[in-house]
Amino acid sequence: MQGEWGGVREAGGGGLLRTEGVAKAFGGVQALGGCTIDVEPGSITGLIGPNGSGKTTLFNVITGYERLDAGEVYLDGTRITNAPPQRVFALGIGRTFQLTRIFSSLTVMENMLVASQHSSRQPGRVRNPLARAGGAADRQRAMDLLDFVGLAGHATAPAETLSYGQRKLLELAYVMVADPAIVLLDEPAGGVNPSLINDIAARIRELNAAGRTFLIVEHNMDFVMGICSRIAVLDYGTVVAAGPPEAIRRDPRVLDAYLGAAEDDDDTG
Amino acid sequence: MGSQLYRAIIDGILGGGVYALMAVGLTLIFGVLDIINIAQGILVVLAAYLSSVLSAHLHLDLFVGLLITIPVMFLIGIVIYRLFMHRLRGRERTSMSLLASYAVMIIIEGILYLGFGPNFVSLNAWYVTATVRVFGFYLPYIYLFGFGLAVLLVAGLYFMLYRTKFGRSLRATMQDRVAARLIGIDVNRVAALAFGIGVGVTAVGGMVFGATNAFNPNSGYDLISRLLAIIILGGLGSIGGALVAAVFMTTVESVVNIWSPTWSVVVFYAALIIVLTFRPAGLFGRPAVRAQ
Amino acid sequence: MSLPPALRWGSVAALLAVAAVFPLVFTSELVTQIAVDTLIFAGAAAAWNIFSGYSGYISLGHAVFFGAGAYTAGVAAQDWQISGSAEFLLLPLAAAVAAVIAVPFGLIALRVRRHTFVVVTIAVFFIFQLMAFNLAVTGGSVGINAPFLGWDPATYNNPFYYLALIIAVGTTALSWLIRRSRFGLQLRAIRDDEDRARGLGVRVMRVKLTAFIISAVVMGLVGALWFFFIVQVLPQYGFDPLLDLSVALMAFLGGLGRVAGPVLGALILEPGQQYLTLHIGNSYLSEIILGALFLLVILFLPRGIIPFLEERVTAWRGRAPRAPDTVPASPAGEQPAQAARRGTS
Repeated sequence: MQGEWGGVREAGGGGLLRTEGVAKAFGGVQALGGCTIDVEPGSITGLIGPNGSGKTTLFNVITGYERLDAGEVYLDGTRITNAPPQRVFALGIGRTFQLTRIFSSLTVMENMLVASQHSSRQPGRVRNPLARAGGAADRQRAMDLLDFVGLAGHATAPAETLSYGQRKLLELAYVMVADPAIVLLDEPAGGVNPSLINDIAARIRELNAAGRTFLIVEHNMDFVMGICSRIAVLDYGTVVAAGPPEAIRRDPRVLDAYLGAAEDDDDTG
Repeated sequence: MGSQLYRAIIDGILGGGVYALMAVGLTLIFGVLDIINIAQGILVVLAAYLSSVLSAHLHLDLFVGLLITIPVMFLIGIVIYRLFMHRLRGRERTSMSLLASYAVMIIIEGILYLGFGPNFVSLNAWYVTATVRVFGFYLPYIYLFGFGLAVLLVAGLYFMLYRTKFGRSLRATMQDRVAARLIGIDVNRVAALAFGIGVGVTAVGGMVFGATNAFNPNSGYDLISRLLAIIILGGLGSIGGALVAAVFMTTVESVVNIWSPTWSVVVFYAALIIVLTFRPAGLFGRPAVRAQ
Repeated sequence: MSLPPALRWGSVAALLAVAAVFPLVFTSELVTQIAVDTLIFAGAAAAWNIFSGYSGYISLGHAVFFGAGAYTAGVAAQDWQISGSAEFLLLPLAAAVAAVIAVPFGLIALRVRRHTFVVVTIAVFFIFQLMAFNLAVTGGSVGINAPFLGWDPATYNNPFYYLALIIAVGTTALSWLIRRSRFGLQLRAIRDDEDRARGLGVRVMRVKLTAFIISAVVMGLVGALWFFFIVQVLPQYGFDPLLDLSVALMAFLGGLGRVAGPVLGALILEPGQQYLTLHIGNSYLSEIILGALFLLVILFLPRGIIPFLEERVTAWRGRAPRAPDTVPASPAGEQPAQAARRGTS
């Protein structure tokens, strides 16, 4: 039951991030069954579907946190199937988590620096392991990013003192440190105050305008419809519909998948 | 040589049954509470001393005495949980519980030293020294009784876990505390009871241990090291695993003991390390969510 | 950590000055002996903290390195017939042996989860203790004796004091350097979320193993020094389960993962413990008290004295309380983000 990727495919073929027939089962549960998506470079693509449809599993499989059972994953034509998370990160795919994963005992700035210590590595240059963490360039870049998400004032605060919404912003910021070509956001608007949601949406649009591609898993329909240029709908681990927001909104298969409820859903399903 | 080997294997299996009982309590506590109760070893010793007191002063038969020591140890478990473990919260919970229970162990050991002194004690009864002939081997009754009791109790535990409502609550809590609470399980009560049960079974282990070994307050260290090795080998939280691991380890040690008594204990730990090198989660452990 | 730099460095300098002249002022042998023990433990606790405090992997097997260092020094001194102050030249050897042991130990133990890790360290510890009891080279239960030092009894303790002081100060300085370094950042990130750190490119095994080896090296040093000081090593003292507990307690008491924490903990606990032993005499009772103290620390000061004091100071200075962590976020919690965007704090 493979869904089709509706909509126009850019000439030259192949999106920036592509999965082909990805399957993953946990014990007896088939979380993903032949999932194929194609993310156009420069787009903000949404991935929606009812709870349990496999969205986070797909993210996990793409970014190496889970091994897939079958299928392939390609980044810009290069096969990255089952690459471990650090390699996926190094290749330019950033990823946030549904339940924000930040380093709580470190300060906000230190969180940023953990992400930067890898990306700014120049091969061949021997680094003093005891040197102060984060050179001037790294810190400046980190501050710029913190400023961008509005957390600059919190740079020296322990990350655990941040509110939930602020943590989401921090995660977004430190994922940006590595300058990823594509960012996978797992429920960026989940459990967040409406005004902050607009904030987050604005940030995403800004980053996208600068050329970054986004793949976003979300339950919040207003958010998704408002920001995505293309949407894919997952149900029981396969893509059942795909296309621009207007088409998805009207597609009966989508309503079917959600059993008639396409409302805002605030649970962290 | 052949019969020596068989004898060693039988001894190992029988001994393993008793270790299994103590280990199962320990792994149950971990499974439900994410707590590694380092005090389990000294609690076994405490139970042995209790049995000794009941036997020496009240002249109760060791097995009859269990009717008292089991509830007493159960209550002690609940008290320890409520006083100390209950408060441990947060990310570092397991590490803290480790140190806290280590501290409890030190305290209990000190109390036992104060109360009983450093001299070795052992429990006596007719069945400790008397043997019965089975398949050409002379096996002390106590081992057979102990093993039988261990099997009974482990079966009882399984029954409780899989056939009773409380057991279901326990298993639910083991799998997902938050979800369990959401469906109305009083997680704190379940936790306290689980801790109590985990300690309560040490009463049996303690009695049989005391009857088959001379012990003093210092015996706790050796015991807990073995128990920890057993539950890790079996996989933290896996009751079946603890059982298998207990019997396996004691049997291996018993066999190696034929050649070299001093090094047989090393084999115990070496086996653990070897298994962990290939299966970091233990034989039956849940391949861990390594987020911890 | 939240003190103004002048105050912080000033107090460090003052402490060092006091420590430097301490044995010259307090010449009582008993006092200097307690001081040596304290410094030895301070060094050990600081070393333990570099690994367990920063990485979050609680090790209860570091006594392996302590004992290995002690026995290495003992065996070498015996076999090579070293005597007099030349024996101190064996300290680096002890450290090297500890490092060599740490490599396979770490490679195996650091692959498992934290809970399992503790048990593996305990298991390895027992293996080493058993070997010490049973191998001929370690002298079995009789142990090994250190070379005789025919020094003046009045100042006998002083060289040990200064050596221990150097080790303790050096390790603390190293701890400070590590904490502010990239290496230390990675360690602490591992402590918070190892998988996330790995996903961001941190070479987790390499980092953990390095910290492990560093702490082992210092432990070995300290163990050898201790051996020379008490002139003898027995299996149950060279490999003493209470050593790890004491060292862990000191680090916890002072502040786990803090630079000054272990030193503070040692300064409080070691003299305290010795005082107790002297005045109570009954070692069982002091054991109970040690355990009870530990329990109190774990339950009421779980993060240790230094963080506790910091929180007090912060509260006293009237800073805003932490933003509540709510899902969904309350409007109050979102103010800071909007305020930050506007440029205010």
